[in-house]
Amino acid sequence: MGEAAAKLPNIVIHEKLCKACSICVDFCPTNVLEIKGSCVAVKNLAACTRCQLCDLRCPDFAIQIFD
Amino acid sequence: MAEKRKKLLQGNEACVEGALYAGCMFYAGYPITPSTEIAEGLSVRLPQRGGKFIQMEDEIASIAAAIGGSMTGLKSLTATSGPGFSLKQEGLGYACIAEIPLVIVNVMRGGPSTGYPTGPSQSDIMQAKWGTHGDHPAIAVTPAYVQEILSETVRAFNLSEKYRTPVIVLYDEILGHMREPITIPDAGELPVVDRAKPTCPPEEYFPYDEKYEVPPLAPFGTGYRYHVTGLNHKKDGFPTNDSKQIRENNMRIMNKIENHKDEIWKNEEKFLDDAKIAVVTIGSTARSANFAVRVAREQGIKAGLLRPLTVWPFPDKAVKELSKRVRAIIVPELNLGQMVLEVERCAGGACAVEGIHRVDGEPINPAQILEVIKKYA
Amino acid sequence: MSEPAVKEKKQKLSVPFNYDKYMRPHKLPHIWCPGCGHGIVLKSLLRAVEATGIDKDNICMVSGIGCSSRTPGYVDFNTMHTLHGRAFSFATGIKLAKPEMKVIVISGDGDALAIGGNHFIHTCRRNIDLTAIVYTNSTYGMTGGQYSPTTPIGDIATTSRYGNIEPPFDACEMAKAAGATFVARGTAYHTLELEKTILAALQHKGMSVVDVIDACPTYYGRMNKFKSATHMMEVIEKDGTVNVKQVDKLPPEKVQGKLLRGILHNVERPEYCQQYANIIEKAKGGK
Repeated sequence: MGEAAAKLPNIVIHEKLCKACSICVDFCPTNVLEIKGSCVAVKNLAACTRCQLCDLRCPDFAIQIFD
Repeated sequence: MAEKRKKLLQGNEACVEGALYAGCMFYAGYPITPSTEIAEGLSVRLPQRGGKFIQMEDEIASIAAAIGGSMTGLKSLTATSGPGFSLKQEGLGYACIAEIPLVIVNVMRGGPSTGYPTGPSQSDIMQAKWGTHGDHPAIAVTPAYVQEILSETVRAFNLSEKYRTPVIVLYDEILGHMREPITIPDAGELPVVDRAKPTCPPEEYFPYDEKYEVPPLAPFGTGYRYHVTGLNHKKDGFPTNDSKQIRENNMRIMNKIENHKDEIWKNEEKFLDDAKIAVVTIGSTARSANFAVRVAREQGIKAGLLRPLTVWPFPDKAVKELSKRVRAIIVPELNLGQMVLEVERCAGGACAVEGIHRVDGEPINPAQILEVIKKYA
Repeated sequence: MSEPAVKEKKQKLSVPFNYDKYMRPHKLPHIWCPGCGHGIVLKSLLRAVEATGIDKDNICMVSGIGCSSRTPGYVDFNTMHTLHGRAFSFATGIKLAKPEMKVIVISGDGDALAIGGNHFIHTCRRNIDLTAIVYTNSTYGMTGGQYSPTTPIGDIATTSRYGNIEPPFDACEMAKAAGATFVARGTAYHTLELEKTILAALQHKGMSVVDVIDACPTYYGRMNKFKSATHMMEVIEKDGTVNVKQVDKLPPEKVQGKLLRGILHNVERPEYCQQYANIIEKAKGGK
């Protein structure tokens, strides 16, 4: 149980699609993401709760969270 | 049975018969004088054969719905008159660039604006060619007899299906409301053309494939999922900003008509072999001209008639040839000078060209034409 | 202990979702500006389409002109990008000619309510079985930010530099009054709610209209002093709307001036194509 819970999510970012609008960064409840240059990047993967809000509100098909 | 095929019909009713003969299964329109009888007729007849009729909220919506109907593979028609034809120009251009078969009937009435709705005119000749914005191909057929409205409506559908382009049936109010005995042709008597459909697997299909002059058109909902747009597009239908592709797109839709003018042109010629004076005219005016030319011949004047049944593309070859062997070409038309400009262009000064114009809601009568013929005799 | 509950909740979520199933390959990135809500709406729509189980071959998407109307180019359906305001009429032709197809109209507020206003009204009146998604961002984005029929009074646009003096339309009220049998509103912010709303619209038999409030940060946002796309989503979409189910529970001041979200109108009335099928029966029988 403990091992499974510790497994980190797989955040897939499509750099060619991201337009750095920052919607995912701003709405992330646990502050996982940041804008680096012209693309979103993960700054704190461990904090991700897999809530999917970043994917749901990404206008650019640029971010997805997999288990 | 045979005598049942003979009918006394109004021009607009003959148009209905022609549409049905051609296999029309979809009509969208808006009431407008003097074309409304076409809508009325098809509202009754189309559902009898499982076809669809809809009266839309306006002329623009009508041509849009008819294009939509055509995209599903149904032969589609819309009919209108002058002001309505102006409103349809936006949709006409769309059908040109998106290469969607469609027949548009314009029963010409007096204009501009509301003008003289119950009176005839031939003042939409130029609108039929130049009404919509941008360069585009135009085909317009011009019957002069009720029987011919039927057969030319069939031909309009055939040209539209063959060349994947909108085709206009252009006749005036006199013909629309005139009654003449006609014979409904038997099945097979007139050719009926259906658009080419793709035979390749969907993944190999391109709706604007330049390897064809006229690419096959897959009806929506048949497994060929593709994109249609009014933007300049590539062979796959998606928009492009590439100047080479924009040019290719524009030129192909022009050339598919331009390269086949000989097949699209259709002229009636009378007494032209030895004519010294020719009358070039269309529609109801051609009926007066026909009479005038006969009377002139009876009086020993070598007059003849060239009657285009395809006014667009304009029959420049025939008019050019004619201009080289006659003294004068007379162009009677119910407007202030439209077709005469085309005739002058084709004649290029080789002979005299004189128009006869009338915009008082009355037809040009044979005597008027005869008078001008005599001037050049 | 809370883990099983979380897992159960996760299974209800429609994400991560395989958008590739419905998108055309190599068409992304789309043309929409950074922060534009249109992509969010599209994603909700695709998840709703998946839930209907309808085959792609039987879906037709028709649009007019404008930013929103570029949507059909990206999706793998039978798609038609038509004329400004006329999408409803093209769609009516397609649906009547082939009633077995699911026809979705994508339109913007200018496209549907201004230049296409008459078509919108009459399509609603006929109650023909179309689903219309109206992307309402209160601007003409494609032409550079002019005021639209949903721009609030006083707002700035490139054609209302002194403040807009025209009152905005409520697309839902108009659709309802005109006779649409399913009328709903969503926002790009409430993305899961929007997905459910669009699904209900797609499953409705008759004319369904979903007005979706989303943001144009590039033009409307900048001219009206919004700091970012996120700021617009919070102010306009989150705080500017209230779910219709909560209206009764909230004090009036929390509802006043806000747009209602959710299914606002859902009634049954004979559908146009079905009625036309009866006409065909009648015409054939009466011959």
